[in-house]
Amino acid sequence: MIELNRLTIAQARKGMAEGAFSSVELTQSCVDAMEARADLGAFITPTPEAALEAAAEADRKRAAGDEGALLGIPLGIKDLFCTEGVQTTAASRILEGFKPTYESTVTRNLLRDGAVFLGKLNLDEFAMGSSNTTSYYGNVVNPWQSSDKPDMQLVPGGSSGGSASAVAARLCLGATGTDTGGSIRQPAAFCGITGLKPTYGRCSRWGVVAFASSLDQAGPMARSVEDCGLMLGSMAGYDPMDTTSVDTPVPDYTAELGAGVKGLKIGIPQEYRVDGMPEEIEKLWMETAERLRAEGAEIVEISLPHTHAALPAYYIVAPAEASSNLARYDGVRYGFRSDAPEGLPEFSSLEEMYATTRGEGFGPEVQRRIMIGAYVLSAGFYDAYYNKARRVRTLIAQDFSRAFEQVDAILTPTTPSPAFGITEEPTGVEMYMNDVFTVPASMAGIPGISVPVGMSKDGLPLGVQLLGKPFEEVGLLRVAQAVETAADFTAAPQLMA
Amino acid sequence: MSITRETVEQAARLARLTVADEDKDRLAGELSAILGFVEQLDEINTDNVEPLTSVVGATARMRKDEVNAGDYPERVLANAPDRVTDFYAVPKVVE
Repeated sequence: MIELNRLTIAQARKGMAEGAFSSVELTQSCVDAMEARADLGAFITPTPEAALEAAAEADRKRAAGDEGALLGIPLGIKDLFCTEGVQTTAASRILEGFKPTYESTVTRNLLRDGAVFLGKLNLDEFAMGSSNTTSYYGNVVNPWQSSDKPDMQLVPGGSSGGSASAVAARLCLGATGTDTGGSIRQPAAFCGITGLKPTYGRCSRWGVVAFASSLDQAGPMARSVEDCGLMLGSMAGYDPMDTTSVDTPVPDYTAELGAGVKGLKIGIPQEYRVDGMPEEIEKLWMETAERLRAEGAEIVEISLPHTHAALPAYYIVAPAEASSNLARYDGVRYGFRSDAPEGLPEFSSLEEMYATTRGEGFGPEVQRRIMIGAYVLSAGFYDAYYNKARRVRTLIAQDFSRAFEQVDAILTPTTPSPAFGITEEPTGVEMYMNDVFTVPASMAGIPGISVPVGMSKDGLPLGVQLLGKPFEEVGLLRVAQAVETAADFTAAPQLMA
Repeated sequence: MSITRETVEQAARLARLTVADEDKDRLAGELSAILGFVEQLDEINTDNVEPLTSVVGATARMRKDEVNAGDYPERVLANAPDRVTDFYAVPKVVE
């Protein structure tokens, strides 16, 4: 029999419903996998004992006739979601030891449907990064290895790098992620899994540690399109505690799976052909389009003329909002507070305590971004930077609105490269380029999904991204599943449990 | 836009961050690179374009003005690094 931890969510649901195995057995196989692959650094806080207790409770509920949508399914939770009584760090020293006294809406929804939580997954500090190398709790390793340099540790992407690595290595059946500029889709592509950023407003942000509030959105990461649909059905929903959450019914996200793409129009934006993109990525992109054409879709060349402006506008909007959101970490209310200077009983001023705590509690990337944010929001610059970026955002959103008058979905590469080495990572603006294909959809608030479709010449997974109309995730998942079926991506990572 | 050490100090003060002297030149370079990158937006004509305020186009929802949470100081203060009875404790600010 296949190892239970390698099942998809849909397979595990079926197996438990038929009584082939219990949630305790399934969860135990994930706990064993987590221990066997602890070297990936995917978890900051594993909670195996609580998971096994929850699994036993799920088995009791099933015996009593409960059929929760995710009953007994073991999931990993990105350590950006507040979980009651379980340390929540955002991968930052400044939140070390923080145990929320409340549960985020998204995780509460998953618990309502019977999910079992295996623990809290590593990420880039405050979700700021594209390589999961900015975490205070150590780097996450991608379970894939390059055939060219098998000894080199690769990044899983970021910021949801722990989620992507854990799902790819079969440590959990699925995981929550969050996406601000690509933090679900880019690591999903680097790790050969499927990751969905829903429409902004689809999942409540309440209880999710805030990075950039006009962009942040929670979403599922899993090993199939169907699994992403199953998870989203639990995660999504209106929440009075989040004023940007949208009060629209939660459909069955698996309703149109298998319907194919016959008669649908798929757009290929010419602006996503960027300089320096490896030929193999362009080739896979075009092959995917060709496969959809073979299935009956019409492929349409489209233009999204402000694509190139999305990344620079993002690097104003996101740091600006981050500098405001992260103002709350002052050493007074949560987690870490610096010690007074040596030889003194206490700080000379409250401000000195704030600045020292924040200087020691935040890592370099977070400090860089909140300084940029403070600068662009400061007197005299607000209009030139922040308002300019928000005007550009309007143009980006208009590009997509016009495109969706012509097409049902848009197909692009997810990333301009496969995963790179932890010691080879680019710096500064070059690192930001990782998100060049994912940021535009974030700026417009539309849903996007990354699906693994092939391999690089070095044997590393590559993904394509599909973008859809706001709140039309059902149709987006339908197209994504057609891509998944046509690509038939079955390769597995070397460091799999 | 080239960021000077003085601008780094000003941004650090606004962000309430202690920055070591030896890091200021490096930060000036890094912040200059980011601001240089975002300045390409100047080439985009945004005359008569409204700033985007919400991607979901939602208007603020009204709710009844009533107390729906509170009266649990233990939960609120559970993570305080320092407290005195039901208050957060901070260094003395008034002599």
